[in-house]
Amino acid sequence: MMAKKKQIDARGSFCPGPLMELIAGMKAADVGDELEVLSTDKGSAADIPEWIKKVGHELLSATEENGVWHITVRKAK
Amino acid sequence: MAQEKISIVLISEHREDLQMAGMIASVGAVSGNDVSVLVSMNALKYFLKGASDKAPFAGQMGEILERKKAPSFRTLFEQAAELGEARIHPCSMAMDILGVEWRDLETFMKEPLGLTKFLGDAKGGQVWSF
Repeated sequence: MMAKKKQIDARGSFCPGPLMELIAGMKAADVGDELEVLSTDKGSAADIPEWIKKVGHELLSATEENGVWHITVRKAK
Repeated sequence: MAQEKISIVLISEHREDLQMAGMIASVGAVSGNDVSVLVSMNALKYFLKGASDKAPFAGQMGEILERKKAPSFRTLFEQAAELGEARIHPCSMAMDILGVEWRDLETFMKEPLGLTKFLGDAKGGQVWSF
């Protein structure tokens, strides 16, 4: 089965809103799926990769463009 | 995959305290920790079904949290329970004093807990109070 890609738009939401929205998306996703979360919250941009590392998923990229962070993660388990 | 045991005692009625406790409970729980919360004193009324989440501010931050539409503390506790399997218990003493039953509380609230059980469960882990 093809891995799916999904975008979660959490712009305008404050910590820990973007992380929680990502986690809700991860729960619904299948292993191998990619999720990209968009966040305007600077704290979340630092905290989301920490969470990914701690829980053991795969951080694919984290970039900032015009004040919006794009963090992409692959569900590993 | 529990990594740490985190026990939170929540008694404040202030927005900032409720918010920070909700943040620690939710982020702690979704990071694989074993989180339990005991809600007592002035905090309990916010966990009644249909209760307002407009808690008084302790200072400037509370007002800014409200104005900037930070996530509601009740949403954070609900996410802690639903996404991270945190156990959020009302304090049985506070329920008696307030005259409320378990069924009057939000559906994500676990069974009422006494201090003996909570302290026993908290032994050896981190304890936070707000």
